[in-house]
Amino acid sequence: MSRTRWLQVGGIVLVFVAAAWIASRVLERVVAPAPAPSAAPTPAVPAASVPHIIATLYYGTPDGQALAAVKREVPLGEGPREQGRQILQSEFEEAPAPYLSLIPRGTTLRAFYITDRGDAFVDLSAEASTMHPGGSTHELLTVYAIVNAVTANLASVERVQILIDGKQADTLAGHVDLRRPFERDTVLVRETKGTQ
Amino acid sequence: MRTAALSLIAVVLVLVCGPHAQGTAPASPLTLITREGRRPVASTVVNGQEFIGLDDLAALLMLAVREDALAGGVTVTYKGRTVVASADQAMASVNGRVVTLPAPIARAGRRLLVPLDFIPRAIAPIYDSPIELRRASRLLMVGNVRVPRAAIRVEAAGPPTRLTVDIVPPFAVSTAFDAGRVLVRVDADALDIATTPTGAGLIDQIRTGEQTTTIAIALNTRAGTPRISTTTTNESTRVLVEVPVAAQQETAAPPAPPPAPPAAAPSTPAEAPPPLLAARTARLQTMVVDAGHGGEDNGVRGPKGTLEKQITLDAARRLKRLVESRLGVRVVMTRDDDRAVSLDERNAIANNSKADLFLSLHTNGSPLASVKGTEVYYLRLDRAGEEARRNVAATELILPVVGGITRPIDIIPWDLAQASHVDASSRFASMLEEELEKRAPAGPRPLQQAPMRVLSGANMPAALVEMVYLTNGEQEQRVKSDDFQGALIEAIYGAVVRFRAYLEAPPTP
Repeated sequence: MSRTRWLQVGGIVLVFVAAAWIASRVLERVVAPAPAPSAAPTPAVPAASVPHIIATLYYGTPDGQALAAVKREVPLGEGPREQGRQILQSEFEEAPAPYLSLIPRGTTLRAFYITDRGDAFVDLSAEASTMHPGGSTHELLTVYAIVNAVTANLASVERVQILIDGKQADTLAGHVDLRRPFERDTVLVRETKGTQ
Repeated sequence: MRTAALSLIAVVLVLVCGPHAQGTAPASPLTLITREGRRPVASTVVNGQEFIGLDDLAALLMLAVREDALAGGVTVTYKGRTVVASADQAMASVNGRVVTLPAPIARAGRRLLVPLDFIPRAIAPIYDSPIELRRASRLLMVGNVRVPRAAIRVEAAGPPTRLTVDIVPPFAVSTAFDAGRVLVRVDADALDIATTPTGAGLIDQIRTGEQTTTIAIALNTRAGTPRISTTTTNESTRVLVEVPVAAQQETAAPPAPPPAPPAAAPSTPAEAPPPLLAARTARLQTMVVDAGHGGEDNGVRGPKGTLEKQITLDAARRLKRLVESRLGVRVVMTRDDDRAVSLDERNAIANNSKADLFLSLHTNGSPLASVKGTEVYYLRLDRAGEEARRNVAATELILPVVGGITRPIDIIPWDLAQASHVDASSRFASMLEEELEKRAPAGPRPLQQAPMRVLSGANMPAALVEMVYLTNGEQEQRVKSDDFQGALIEAIYGAVVRFRAYLEAPPTP
C-alpha cells in the first residue's frame, strides 16, 4: 500500500473518531440535566432509525397521589427548542402502564420556545383547559408534569410559562395560577424504581 | 499543587460544617403535658425552623429509631407502624402515606433533629393516643388530656377595671376572692394560655402557671371588692371580673366583706357597667365564604354526576348560617346562586368587603377514583411574591388622612395582595386541617402550599378547602348526606372559632 493510501485511510479513521466524539458530547448535554436516576437508564433502541435520548417524563403514580419520574426514550431533537418539543410531545402521549396520564385528552402542543433568559413558553391547545377534569390535586399534577418535564431535561430552561391557545391564561381548571412562570418543583414527585 | 491543597481544605470545611445544624434555643421551651403531669422539652431553632431531638422524642413516646446511613434517612417505628423520613427532602412517608414537612431532618453532631411539625404530621398518625401540638402556647399534649384555651384580656383599665377570661371549649370554673387576689380555677388537666397580659388600672399583676389550672389576679390596694360573674355558652365559658375603686369616699359604707359573691352579681342601678360586647376588641368581623366554580364552570363531576359547583354552594350556605348565628360574624358570599364569578371578582368581593378572613370551598379530583380525603391549601409565593412580601415594609407610604393625622399605606401589587398574609393564612390552614382531621378522613396531603389563583389576590388571611374527592364514588355519596356535610361544616366552623381567638389574642411581646 502506498504512503498516500495509508494517509487516506488514517484520515477517514480520524474523521470517524471525531464525529463519534462530537455525537457523544451532544447526547451528554441533552441527557445530563436529568435528575439522578433511581436505576440506570435503558439504552436507546439500536434498531430505531431515529436517534433517541433518555429523558425523564412525569406521570401520575399508580396510586394517583403523586408524580412519577419515568425514564423514557424520546427522539433526539436538534437544539434545546426542538428537543423540548419532542419531550413535550412524548409527555402528551398515553402514559406507560402502570402510570396515569395527567394531560387532558386531545391536548396538543401549539408552540414551544425558549428566551435568552431561560424562560420556556409552552403553548397548549384549548383542550388542556376545556377537557381538564378539574380538582386542585389533578390540576397541580398536570401543571407540574409539564413544568418538570421541561426543566428536568433542558439545562437552559429555568422557568416555564404555560399559555393556552397562544394567550396567557388564569388557570387550567380554576385553581393553579398560570399567570406567572413556574420553576421546577419536586415536592409532588415520588421516586420510582426502574425505567420504561 | 496549590489549587489541589485549597480544594482539599474546602472539601474538609464542607464536610465539617455542611451537614451539621448549628441551632439556637427558642424564646421559650416546649412543655409536654400528659396525664402524669408536665415537663419542659428542649428544642432548637435552625434557619428559622424549630427542631426537636429525635432521641428525646423517641424516649418520650417509646419510639424505635433506626438510621439508614446509606439512604441518608431514618425509620421510626411504633407498634409495627413506621415513618420513613429523608435527610434531603422535606417530607416523610407515614405508613406509606406521604406528608410534607417544613424542613428535612437535620443533624447536630451525632444527634438527629426533626422539625417540630414532624410530631403532629408524622408521629401522631401512627400513635395510639392523641398527640396535639399547640405552637402558640408551646404545648405538646399526649394522651387524653383536657387542656382548654384560656384567653385573658384586660378589657378596660377603668375604673372600674374589667378583665375577662375566655375558656374554649367550656369548662367548669370556680372563682374566689381572698387576700386581695381573685383566683380563677378551671377543672382541667392544664390551661393553654398563649399570653398573660400585664396588670392595668386596679389590677397589679396577673399570674398563671403556679398551679397549672389556676389564674391568680392580684388587685391594687385602691381596689374595692370585685364583682365576679361566670357565663357559659356552647362555645366557651367566660369569667368577668370587675374591680371598682374602694368606696372610701362613702365613709358610711361598711367594710367590704371578704368573700366575693360566687355567681353573677346583680348590677348596681346607680352605675351599670357598659355592655361587655362593646368593650371586646373583636377583629374577626367579616368573613368571605367562596363557593368554588359556578355557572358554566361545573368544577369536578362525580362518577354519578354530582357537580362540584352545587356541593360548594350548599356547603357555603350552611357555613354562612352557622358562623352568622353562632359567632355573630358577618359572612359575605362570593356567589349565592348558580352563576359564573371570575377569580378576580371573588378577590374583589373579599377586598371590597374589608373581610378579615377568606375561605374558598371546593371538592377535589384525582386521576384515580380510589383517592379520597380532605385537603387544605394556602398560598405558596413564587419569586415575585416573595419579593413583594419583603418590599411591603420598604414601600410603605405615610399618607395624610381626614382629621389631620397620617396613616401608613402598604404598597403591594394588587394580584399579590396575599403576600403579606401568608403567615396568618398558614395558621388558619393548619387549624382547618386539624379540625377537619377530627371529623373526616384526611387526603394524601392534608395540608399543602400551592400557587392557588383564588388566594393570591385576597388581602386578608385566606385558605382553600377541598372537602372531599368527588371523583371517589363513596365520597360523592357521603358529601351529599346531611350528616357528613354537617360534620365538615362543623369542623370548618371550629377552625374559624380558633382563628378568631388567635386574631384577638394580644400580640406576643
